[in-house]
Amino acid sequence: MTAQRNPSNNPENVVFQVRDLAKIYDMGEVKVHALRGANLELFSKELIVLLGPSGSGKSTLLNILGGLDTATSGFVSYRGRNLTSATEAELTEYRRFHVGFVFQFYNLIPSLTALENVSVVTEIAGNPMKPEDALALVGLTERLDHFPAQLSGGEQQRVAIARAISKNPEVLLCDEPTGALDSQTGVVVLEALERVNRELNTATAIITHNVDIAAMADRVIHLSNGRISEVTANKVRKSPREIKW
Amino acid sequence: MKALDRKVWRDLWRMKGQVFAITLVVMSGVATFVMFITTMHSLDLTRNRFYLDYNFADAFVSLKRAPESLKDKIKDVAGVNQVETRVSAYVKLDVRGFSEPVTGHIISVPDDGQSLVNRIYMRKGRLADPAKDNEVVISETFAHAHGFNLGDPLAAVINGKWKKLTITGIALSPEFVLVMRPFAMSPDFKRYGILWMSRKAISKAYNMEGAFNDVVLTLYPGTKVNDVLRELDNIVDRYGGFGAFARKDQISHRLLNEEFNMLRNMARIFPTIFICVAAFLLNVVMSRTVNTQREQIAALKAFGYDNTAIVIHYGKLVVLIISSGLLLGIAVGIWLGQILGGIYMEIYRFPDLAFILKPWVIVTAIMISILSAMAGTVHSLWRSAKQPPAEAMRPEPPAKYRVSLLEKAGIGPWLTQPSRIIVRNIGRKPIRTFLSIIGIAVACATMISSGFFKDSVDHMVNVQFVLSQKEDMAVGFTEPTSYRALYELKEMEGVHYAETFRTVPVRLKFGRSSYKTVINGIEPDSRLHPLLDTNLKPVTLPQEGIVLNDYLGKMLGVKAGDMLTVEALEGSKAIRQVQVIALVRLYLGVMGYMDLKALNRLMREGDAVSGIYLTADERYQDKLYRSFVNMPRVSGTIVRKNEISNFYDVQAKGMLFFTFIATLMAGSISIGVVYNNARIALSERSRELSSLRVLGYTRGEISYILLGELALIALTAIPPGFLIGYGLCAYITEILQSDLFRIPLVIELKTYSMAAAVVLVSASVSGLIVRRKLDHLDLVEVLKTRE
Repeated sequence: MTAQRNPSNNPENVVFQVRDLAKIYDMGEVKVHALRGANLELFSKELIVLLGPSGSGKSTLLNILGGLDTATSGFVSYRGRNLTSATEAELTEYRRFHVGFVFQFYNLIPSLTALENVSVVTEIAGNPMKPEDALALVGLTERLDHFPAQLSGGEQQRVAIARAISKNPEVLLCDEPTGALDSQTGVVVLEALERVNRELNTATAIITHNVDIAAMADRVIHLSNGRISEVTANKVRKSPREIKW
Repeated sequence: MKALDRKVWRDLWRMKGQVFAITLVVMSGVATFVMFITTMHSLDLTRNRFYLDYNFADAFVSLKRAPESLKDKIKDVAGVNQVETRVSAYVKLDVRGFSEPVTGHIISVPDDGQSLVNRIYMRKGRLADPAKDNEVVISETFAHAHGFNLGDPLAAVINGKWKKLTITGIALSPEFVLVMRPFAMSPDFKRYGILWMSRKAISKAYNMEGAFNDVVLTLYPGTKVNDVLRELDNIVDRYGGFGAFARKDQISHRLLNEEFNMLRNMARIFPTIFICVAAFLLNVVMSRTVNTQREQIAALKAFGYDNTAIVIHYGKLVVLIISSGLLLGIAVGIWLGQILGGIYMEIYRFPDLAFILKPWVIVTAIMISILSAMAGTVHSLWRSAKQPPAEAMRPEPPAKYRVSLLEKAGIGPWLTQPSRIIVRNIGRKPIRTFLSIIGIAVACATMISSGFFKDSVDHMVNVQFVLSQKEDMAVGFTEPTSYRALYELKEMEGVHYAETFRTVPVRLKFGRSSYKTVINGIEPDSRLHPLLDTNLKPVTLPQEGIVLNDYLGKMLGVKAGDMLTVEALEGSKAIRQVQVIALVRLYLGVMGYMDLKALNRLMREGDAVSGIYLTADERYQDKLYRSFVNMPRVSGTIVRKNEISNFYDVQAKGMLFFTFIATLMAGSISIGVVYNNARIALSERSRELSSLRVLGYTRGEISYILLGELALIALTAIPPGFLIGYGLCAYITEILQSDLFRIPLVIELKTYSMAAAVVLVSASVSGLIVRRKLDHLDLVEVLKTRE
């Protein structure tokens, strides 16, 4: 069990500020309201879980936070930088230096080894760690020279985590990081995320629709129908080991 | 519409970039195929119809003079069907406003206007009135060359006397489909024309009343032509016969045959190359296209579609993808075929072009395209179908990669990750990479194989008309003349230098083969007319014996050292044995060459010459032409610079157009292949590239990965493309040997450069298009889906 890392409300600790964020997908005849005015703050060192059924808007929110998508209206800032009005090039630069991503399907480059997949990021980042260290952090020291095809799903996801954290990002955004994994492997991956958050103090947002995973968060953001319906704080964070699903 | 059919249309729309590229490839392949073969068929049919309808003769013989009564004797020869006696003569013409010498070949038309054999087709006007001695019908090419119309005057020196003629008609004849002066290097429509006059008028002018000097005849089917020819020679021998010959040796027919053979060979080679290239590319393209649909195929199978239904589904997609190319190709092929046919019709004169499109041509084009596309499709479908659907739908295991050879070789540490991705991607699918390279290489090679014709023709012209013909004009005499004529001509104002030549029409015989041609007697160490072989080395003519063009040697089956029978077809009509000293490789013509003195010795004619080569001051040329027109002994003058332009305008025009079109088509194939390659690579790699974008790579950086790979493939493809192109050209020149010319294997740097440029430019343009697509990758979408 870990003590809650109290996110003080000190504005200096705000990583993301989200105000009245709305996203409408224009599908010709139909307009899909993926987000209908979300308000949220994410603080440094914090680990939050975004929980909600599919279609609730959690992925859209994460994508906008990560600079992969732009909002229809509303406002998002990262460390005081306005992301809503950022240009394509600014968003690329933002992703390059500040955000780490982990995806459900790992999105590793099949032609590169574990080490090289991490190097792909460290080569372009501003203040990266050594790729080996990143992989050591996720317990993959032994498998540096393996290609994705030679790694299990869990191992691939840990390479993805190592890749995401290797640039020493301010925030780590994870979209269903255990979605394609069995629970045992999923726990190992969550442990890696938890360790990164704890040791490197990287603000971390994890999307899941698995309620049990929410127990490892500092705060749990519940989304439904494009709105944040509830925010709950865990007094005590559960260690991933204690989580079962 | 069933859902699956709707999917076909949607897929088609989604793949429109690729569909466009495939369309380009199929269109070009099919168009070339249809154009070449259809042109061939149409010309063949046109010729056969003209020959049949206008009763083209099977055998021919010219003689000095024979009484009309001899006709019956000829008619009695076994196998002879129809006989027509004629009076024919070569005359000098004087065309108003055209200073150069013009030669006319006058042929008589029966006074009742009803030729039996070699009937003329009146394009315009009417036959000459037998009651008038000044009316003439002229050949169409001659009329067009000078813009003659009905009623226009034309002056001629007939039997030494000036006569003013009036044009009453413009005509064509199966005998003169190609109007070409005997033994000329190329046709000259301006300076050589056919004239038809009434028998009565021409007989009177040449004192040939009740006599003839030319016979044409048709034979019954199954008759042995050689037997008839021998019989004919016997009959006309004492009347000064010049040797009977069969249709196959008739100049227009023979050249037409040669041209058609060449066309036929080209129509076999080019469409085969093009359609094979298109088929190969289609196969590669389709298999890659289907591969990108692997997951969908699995899903369909999971829903309960069986393999047959899936094959039919993709079959429909394939047929639709290529059908636009097919339809366009057929339409463009027909259109080009008509243009090409039209160009041939300017040179080869037929009443009209019978354009024919044989159904099998279309069916073959369709079958080849569909079969090759289906072969590629079925192969990939089979691979997908073998996999249980559940497996195919599960997140695909990452593709297997290895450290590439290049890295093992030690360059590894210097590579950035993006460069490493390029190198490994190429190394992981060596077969695919190889096929992509070969595809582009072959496209590049087809460009070279059609583009090199221009180089070859230029080279041939340079050797034949520039390096080995240095005279400004060649003056021919009506009959072998004393060597003294040289001094006479040398004295003329403006003549710089002159040299004699001797040309003896002969029939060369060796064993059972014989060939009617000429022996050229050349002055030793000729300054104006050196004989150059294909290595551009001057051929030294021996003191005794004959040198043959290697093509003629091959036709006769002789080698150096053999004794050849030479039968002169003029003058003494001597039959002699002469030793073949050497076979030399020359680009143009099929002739024998001898030292002028040796030739005269062989003929036992003293120092006779047939004409003079001369160089003259530019300013005096018109005056010289005029003098030659007025000299009775001069039969005609050939001006070298006209020969060169005629060669391009007439002889090589069809071929050059033909190959120009082929080059265009090859170019569009190259573009299609390169573009398609880029598009498929994009669809195969967009996920990986999007992931990199998400990780913070810029557009430029991810473009480098894809475009770098494409560039590497395109660049690698160029050297093998050159090699394959060279091989194709060598093969084509080997096949296209003919009486008309031996095409030299000359590929200029610019042809290589052009082929490479087309590949590189299409690679760059494709790269730009793909780059634009990369800028619009959907970064969110790629994260939600697995490969």
